[in-house]
Amino acid sequence: MKILVCMKQVPQKDAPLKLNESGTWIREDVSYEVNEPDAYALEEALRQKEKHGGEVVVITSGPARAQQVLREALAKGADRAIHLEDNAFVGLDAFNTARAFAAAIKDEAFDLIFTGLQSDDYGYAQTGVVLAELLGWPHATIIMQIEKNDSGIRVKRELEAGFFQFVDMPLPAVLTIQSGINKLRYATLIGIKQAKNKPLRKVAMAEVQSAISGNLQKIERLYVPEKTKNTQFLEGSAGEVAKKLVDKLRNEVRVL
Amino acid sequence: MSETILVVVEQREGKLNRVSWETLAAGQALAAEMGWILETAVVGNAVASFANEVAGKKVAKVYAIESPKLEPYTPDAFSAALKQFIESKQPKLVLMPHTYQVRDFVPKLATAMGRTAISDCVGYKKDGDKLVFTRQMFQGKLAADVSFTSDAPWFVTFQNGAFRGDKVEAGSSAAPVETVNAQIADGVIRNKPQEVFKEAKQAVDLTQAEIIVSVGRGIKEQKNIELAKQLAEALGGELAASRPICDSGWLPMDRQIGSSGQTVAPKLYLALGISGAIQHIVGMKGARTIIAINKDSEAPIFEIADYAVVGNLFDIVPPLIEEVKKAKAGG
Repeated sequence: MKILVCMKQVPQKDAPLKLNESGTWIREDVSYEVNEPDAYALEEALRQKEKHGGEVVVITSGPARAQQVLREALAKGADRAIHLEDNAFVGLDAFNTARAFAAAIKDEAFDLIFTGLQSDDYGYAQTGVVLAELLGWPHATIIMQIEKNDSGIRVKRELEAGFFQFVDMPLPAVLTIQSGINKLRYATLIGIKQAKNKPLRKVAMAEVQSAISGNLQKIERLYVPEKTKNTQFLEGSAGEVAKKLVDKLRNEVRVL
Repeated sequence: MSETILVVVEQREGKLNRVSWETLAAGQALAAEMGWILETAVVGNAVASFANEVAGKKVAKVYAIESPKLEPYTPDAFSAALKQFIESKQPKLVLMPHTYQVRDFVPKLATAMGRTAISDCVGYKKDGDKLVFTRQMFQGKLAADVSFTSDAPWFVTFQNGAFRGDKVEAGSSAAPVETVNAQIADGVIRNKPQEVFKEAKQAVDLTQAEIIVSVGRGIKEQKNIELAKQLAEALGGELAASRPICDSGWLPMDRQIGSSGQTVAPKLYLALGISGAIQHIVGMKGARTIIAINKDSEAPIFEIADYAVVGNLFDIVPPLIEEVKKAKAGG
């Protein structure tokens, strides 16, 4: 099985975020990490390769710092990496990101393309589905299980409120992967060493420029959310706070 | 020339998804603000009863977009049927609730039409002449006002709870209902969905709990959940968790609160070591009182908390359990 995993580098979960001067994006002087659902997508691809043989290729778009995500993926067992390297990739909407990816992989023949179900920075949950439409492939989203069968694959789709659904699909297909589908592995020291020799192909913006165009939507303003709730912060020692909480529970919330 | 807003309501497994009323309320508010016409559509096979239900609300028209190929739901069929319909009617704005089903096909539909969707919005604003849609970013830490720089149709999905379903206005008389037969060619549908099912037998129904003590990643290790369990017991409440806790197998899936788990609105929701990621918040923001304990003062959970404690839950919860027990014993 030849599997492509689309991965994204996002600000670390607990990174303090500051707005840039124009108030349209964040200041990039934060620490970054791999988008968590994408780590689950990679793990799933590696497990499918272990079961059925094949190749796992990882792709990302972004500035030089994004290479870290690819290096980690190679260290975990991915075979090759593709880096669409340019700062300009950061501001692309899902439509353009998907078009850039499609252009970068046009000479490849993947059986499956995985993305995480959504990113922790934008949270649109679109890129994988857009990519499927651009490629003319079937897709399924929020996937918790993938089994190969004679006609293609059977996937388990997660629905709301604890419901699930199996779907049979032909290959090739795009799947967006839900976190918790598996348990993430750590890269081994050997893996980290081997990663240095694995192919990492850089793709410049110029190579995919003709595939993309202006964004179809625009962030007019990014800002600290306006608070609608009147939050009461309770302070003091642990013992004092405990007493204050019980006071609220009894007199305001009325559960005691 | 007045524009049209199209609200596509959701029906699943023989029921109208109640979150559709929230989207309809949003549509009514937008139509009033912009002076536009509001129409609605329901998609499926034999959906007349849903269409009639929607027709009782204040809308100009209801379309029942039907085909046997629209049942069960597949992204191929829904995308094909709605593309056809939207191309013929040319609404300015297409609104849908941000459900798992909508997420599965709206990006495909928008792309097929060379358009885009602004997803998971929590509101909208009129910025001069421009209509902008507000959405959360970076897991709720920041908000963004986003505009369309493309032609219509504009696709927008709204987050659960962003609008009040009970604010939907009824119509003074039933709106006209028109059946539209969707033409879906052979070979368009590639997925074969099976029956929807619930995974494990649900041991607990969190939607019925009045008091919920919920743990997030801040609980650090599985054995620490015992502390939260003791607090839940002292309060007479139920134990729950955010997704990562259930993914790790530390608590069963039926204890999960959030977009994939349960949506609850208890009298009290006590969040321990929960950062407040959007996928969790949508499952509990309706709680009457929210108390959050988290050592990160920037945690988004504090945006929606009624009472907040910035501190170490391992320091605070043990004395809290004691104080609760004392209070209950009549102290």
